[in-house]
Amino acid sequence: MPFEFSKEMEARFAKVLEKYPAEHKKAALIPALYLVQEQHGYLTIDGMKYIAGRLDISASEVLNTATFYTLLRKEPHGRFHLQVCTNVSCFLRGSDDLIRMIRDKCGIGPGEMSDDRRFSCEEVQCLAACGTAPVVQVNWDYHEKLTTESFSTLLEELQSREISAPEGA
Amino acid sequence: MATENPGTNCLLRDGDGNDYTDLKVYQKAGGYAKLKERLTMSRDDLREEVVKANLRGRGGAGFPAGVKWGFLPKDTDKPVYLVINADEGEPGTFKDRYFLQKDPHRLLEGCILSSYAIRSNACYIYTRGEFYDEIQTIDKAIADLYEAGLLGKNILGTGYDLDIYQHPGAGAYICGEETALLESLEGKAGQPRMKPPFPAIVGLFGCPTIVNNVETIAAVPVILDMGGDNFAALGTERNGGTKLFGISGHVKKPGLYELPMGFNMKKFIYEVAGGTLDDRPLKAVIPGGSSCPMLTPDEIDIAMDFDSLKTVGSMLGTGGAIVICEPTSMIDVILRISRFYSHESCGQCTPCREGTGWLYRLIKGFKDGTARPGDIDTLYNAAEHIDGHTICALGPAAAWPVQSVVRKFRHEFEAAIQNGGLAETA
Ligand SMILES: Cc1cc2nc3c(=O)[nH]c(=O)nc-3n(C[C@H](O)[C@H](O)[C@H](O)COP(=O)(O)O)c2cc1C
Ligand code: FES
Repeated sequence: MPFEFSKEMEARFAKVLEKYPAEHKKAALIPALYLVQEQHGYLTIDGMKYIAGRLDISASEVLNTATFYTLLRKEPHGRFHLQVCTNVSCFLRGSDDLIRMIRDKCGIGPGEMSDDRRFSCEEVQCLAACGTAPVVQVNWDYHEKLTTESFSTLLEELQSREISAPEGA
Repeated sequence: MATENPGTNCLLRDGDGNDYTDLKVYQKAGGYAKLKERLTMSRDDLREEVVKANLRGRGGAGFPAGVKWGFLPKDTDKPVYLVINADEGEPGTFKDRYFLQKDPHRLLEGCILSSYAIRSNACYIYTRGEFYDEIQTIDKAIADLYEAGLLGKNILGTGYDLDIYQHPGAGAYICGEETALLESLEGKAGQPRMKPPFPAIVGLFGCPTIVNNVETIAAVPVILDMGGDNFAALGTERNGGTKLFGISGHVKKPGLYELPMGFNMKKFIYEVAGGTLDDRPLKAVIPGGSSCPMLTPDEIDIAMDFDSLKTVGSMLGTGGAIVICEPTSMIDVILRISRFYSHESCGQCTPCREGTGWLYRLIKGFKDGTARPGDIDTLYNAAEHIDGHTICALGPAAAWPVQSVVRKFRHEFEAAIQNGGLAETA
């Protein structure tokens, strides 16, 4: 399906372009891909080709950048994307218990998505919040100083939260 | 975030009840008060204060900030850029986030003063993508400054023009390395450049560029307020000022603390951070981010500054200490660290791309019970062959902690072979 920016995204894209010298438009690539992702949920080939056209670069340049970065998603996630930091400080404060709890309560492990697409799970690297470990980022929201009790409450809340159509971000 | 502060209250003022993200509140506490005066100072005098302050780069390498600024070409017809490294991602490190989240104007005032000092009219803040809320905070603070006439054309009638832009990262630790950061800012994959040329000569968009860490630049207004000499005097001889030290892992009061450079590490763990979790016996300390060689309990009676930690074969790094207690297995710890570097290698240099994965698989063998006796030496040698054979310092950063664990905790690897693997610990 051909991709095109919505009116809102078009306005935000114009703002992004203002940040960089006109002869270095490619600098706008990562912010532009975030806009595609926000509108569509993830990056499709059509979305990437569209940005290539808008920035006067080749589609392979876009792909080269898009595939390098973990936050630029090439496939959809669940409505609540559980990003569990399992790096050293979080590990020392019990992050593996949180992974186990996700398995028990949501039936998924790292790299998986629940059948109803409500939850997906990913092990992530240090989120720069080690002093308040263990940390889980749900979509963009940080949840810090988690205990098995507080994480269990959080998962139950997300489990019962009303959701509309699956959303990407 | 912990707020206790046995040092001075120069940088960390979290928990004093004020919301410094509000420009008015920041100004009421003295922020931007002398901006006009400083933007008419001689640029050399301004830089001289930073040189006098002995402000060593807070991104990990500890290079003196004022000295680095002096590497810019004296007369160039190209634009000069200041780029702020807000890609904070070294495991154990969570200090830059404090400024982005709670005191954004400290950073922005530092950006204005530093840009002025280096003759730059455009400054980019490269913020890691996961910091979604912090990115909004910084964007709002920048917008407030334009509105107040503190950014843009002819700031406060001084004739000085400056624009500050924020650019989001997208989840790649390597983009914290300054030349990978520049590639990423230009829209490319974050693969480090060969140096020389250094960014001061050929940086962003081919122009002279200074890359500095968030905390480095946030210290600049503080230095000008108290004077370079006074800031320097807070620290030790070649390590000026105070710094934000983080502590995480097995301690009673993990968090962020402002301490003078050279503060004793043992005191930091046992007094400031309240001692080890449940009073468990201390096993090892990673002094300043996961790439620093580990210290054993008999090595921690040491001053935390760039020079002292070198004398025990480690580094101050970012100042984010990780404390590890019994009965945690060092194999479990180094497994997480080696997985991280293997995941984050950009793939450009073969010794790093292949070597970091090899280290991880060898260590995993000790955990899973598939390791053979010769593997301990293989592991050490593999690490040795990465170190020094790569374009950037990610390779060495992956190698050093592995080597330190093999040297200091060899018995755990031997036991893992004997026992056919490892039970889970934490
Ligand atoms: C693999 C790697 C990752 C790095 N990550 C960061 C980082 O997240 N933040 C940072 O300020 N410096 C980081 N650095 C150091 C930068 O290359 C650079 O030295 C620093 O931004 C310079 O700023 P400073 O002089 O103010 O410390 C990293 C270096 C390497 C090799
Ligand atoms: S190790 Fe988990 S936030 Fe740093």
